[in-house]
Amino acid sequence: MADAPVFEDLMSTWASGPMLSIALTLGAFMVAQWLFARFGRPLWMPPVLIAALLLAAVVAASGLGFEKYSQGAAWLTALLGPTTVALGVPLYQQMHHIRALWKPILATLPVAASLAAVYALGIAWMMGASPLVLASLAPKSVTAPIAMGIAEQLGGSVSLTLGGLLITGVLASLFVDWAARWLNIQDDRIIGFALGLNGHAIGTARAFEISPTAGAFASLGMGLTGVFTALLLPFAFQLWLPAP
Amino acid sequence: MVMLRGFLVLVVFFLLGEALRLFAGLPVSGGVLGMVMVTFTLMMRGRVSDELAEASRGLISVLVLLIAPGVVGVFFVFDQFAGHWGTVAVALVAGTLLSVFTTLLLMKKVAGSTAKGVDHG
Repeated sequence: MADAPVFEDLMSTWASGPMLSIALTLGAFMVAQWLFARFGRPLWMPPVLIAALLLAAVVAASGLGFEKYSQGAAWLTALLGPTTVALGVPLYQQMHHIRALWKPILATLPVAASLAAVYALGIAWMMGASPLVLASLAPKSVTAPIAMGIAEQLGGSVSLTLGGLLITGVLASLFVDWAARWLNIQDDRIIGFALGLNGHAIGTARAFEISPTAGAFASLGMGLTGVFTALLLPFAFQLWLPAP
Repeated sequence: MVMLRGFLVLVVFFLLGEALRLFAGLPVSGGVLGMVMVTFTLMMRGRVSDELAEASRGLISVLVLLIAPGVVGVFFVFDQFAGHWGTVAVALVAGTLLSVFTTLLLMKKVAGSTAKGVDHG
């Protein structure tokens, strides 16, 4: 078999820089967008999930390995920082909407953001989840960079937290759509806010598909939930579970 | 060049956000602090430049691309939590359903008098 070593040499040459990971990620993103449109934009299968499944399959099958892949992909994910900053621009552009709704936003946020954590934690706790699992699930509705920090601070597993974030983001996009229809809510501002508050960046990406207004309110919900949870959760968690 | 100027503004605000996080000892990420700072700066200036609007629209449109690599990791730690996924699934499904309903109901109730239908613009 002369083919195998040649292929492995090529893989290790490609994998020595970030370009292979970048090409795979860009390719998966484009295929995911195409598949998503092709299947009639199903809410339960958002582009982020399709892209991640494709990437996981390719990374495992090609022998590249997750470690190598994520080293290369870090060149792309470094842009998450400035992209989070960029969310401030639609936030400003929609400020007149936010001003009109600042009272309900301030009244809803502390309760809803707390309950987003408390419901899931309460259920997991009743089902006998270990402190590690509880600490990992606590920041489930918070945007990834903040959630990873919180999980570490509480003594959770960052990988499990990211898994919880993915599931929560997909579910929140789905449930907001259902619930809004069921409750007869057509206000993009309320729908967007609920998407960002419960579904962090995945919900926000979904909200930008609905309208710029929904996107701005999702950015607001995501940002406020992130700040609120990051400040309060470590404190609340310590009171509730003195020995994690 | 136009795109790059806007991008530079975003990167500088990210760095400022990181600086604030460090010096104020806040447990919030530099990105979120940068976002808050950009919003306040734009509110004070009263307008947003074309290059900044353009750069931010470009980045937001590839948000999914930037999240995907982190999500891939989930599939590689799956067996590490083999015994926990049942609990995790129930807690996330039921918890998220409840919290989505709570948020929507609260917003609808509190905003009921001020928010009637979708505004345009």
